[in-house]
Amino acid sequence: MAKIKYIEHNGKEHIVEVQNGLTVMEGAVQNDIPGIDADCGGSMSCATCHVYVKEDWYDKLSKKEMGEDDMLDQAYEPNSKSRLSCQIMVSDDLDGLCVYMPEKQV
Amino acid sequence: MIKTDVVIIGAGPTGLFCAHQLGIIGLKCEIVDNLDKIGGQCIELYPDKPIYDIPAVPECTGEELTNNLIKQLKPFNFNFHLNDRVQELRKENDNWIVKTTNGKEFSTPNVVIAGGVGSFEPRKFPTKSAEKFDGTSVLYSIKDKTIFKNKSVAIFGGGDSALDWAIELSNSSKVSLIHRRDEFRGAPASVKKIKELSRKSIINLFTKYSIKDVKGNGTLEEIEIKSEEGESKTIKADYALGFFGLIMQLGPIAEWGLNLDKKTIPVNTENFETNKKGIFAIGDICTYPGKLKLILSGFHEGALAARGCFKYARPNEKYRFEFTTASNTIKDRLGVK
Repeated sequence: MAKIKYIEHNGKEHIVEVQNGLTVMEGAVQNDIPGIDADCGGSMSCATCHVYVKEDWYDKLSKKEMGEDDMLDQAYEPNSKSRLSCQIMVSDDLDGLCVYMPEKQV
Repeated sequence: MIKTDVVIIGAGPTGLFCAHQLGIIGLKCEIVDNLDKIGGQCIELYPDKPIYDIPAVPECTGEELTNNLIKQLKPFNFNFHLNDRVQELRKENDNWIVKTTNGKEFSTPNVVIAGGVGSFEPRKFPTKSAEKFDGTSVLYSIKDKTIFKNKSVAIFGGGDSALDWAIELSNSSKVSLIHRRDEFRGAPASVKKIKELSRKSIINLFTKYSIKDVKGNGTLEEIEIKSEEGESKTIKADYALGFFGLIMQLGPIAEWGLNLDKKTIPVNTENFETNKKGIFAIGDICTYPGKLKLILSGFHEGALAARGCFKYARPNEKYRFEFTTASNTIKDRLGVK
């Protein structure tokens, strides 16, 4: 279980407890947090669950798998702290993780 | 005006199998899809990715699944209207009049929406200023490459479309290629070629840059790009081309008076009809308690929607359930003995 903070583009914060084994994307969708569309449902085939990971957390996450950066090329305004939230698996180690949502996903 | 029993919107696996089921029960249909090829997400998003949860098919790719569905549908000779999008739905007596962007018109008692998450459209530049040049000097696809001759062209993206066009246009245009990172997802041979052209100063390569602004009076004159550190550069450009892949947009479906739940359409699970009589929704675009976004669920939904269509297409006939193994009528329709 990890407490995750999702911050919308307008600054609105949502702190939710997400079960281990779910992804950061699922944590948002299951709690009706706006700003993450996840059109493809988590198969790394779209780029609509794009988040910016808070600076001090970025390096603590497991590295991007092959293909994630290719999808991020197709995201809205990606930067060096961009991740697809469907590829971040929640565990106890992620307690306190903070992600920012982009202005829009599509 | 094309008269038919059913218009299917979307040629993904769900739409294709629904068409097959319509053929089996003796109905005609026309299939419209915005993409230039049959297969929907399977062919556009993951043609090479293996799928492991199609019943009785341990493993197949999106492309193989599509090809098999097309083959299964072959006996019925249904028409596909590709590169076209259903724009308007209008009720006229007992029929729906369906109009497409290319001006085609259908008259039908049934419309089956199998549109996935909507139609695929190119992702555009995030900069507001690019909108006023959209379609003239800011482009997301190329129809006539001769317009770029002896012009300055700024190409954005790191996939095959961006790389292939950068290579091709560098023969007769001044090409700048801009990409947000050092690595490219295009074919290794193309990446090698791009680096070689960059070394020879035939193209200007800017990596770790993205668009900041586009400028021009009437026509595009220059574009400004920025690095993540905030450094800006200005490049002369007559054209800016963006190749950022495709996004899915619900588009005109949202305007047909259907009940919507976020981006999905609620249906009843008896025949997958929506709140409008004769309009059905199946596959990823429909929702109901317990909905799973699996291809196999789409197949089931399509089979039931097809029976739902029968009622309106043949109001004076009673639908009779038959097995393909036993029915001579079905064997005739399939052209098998």
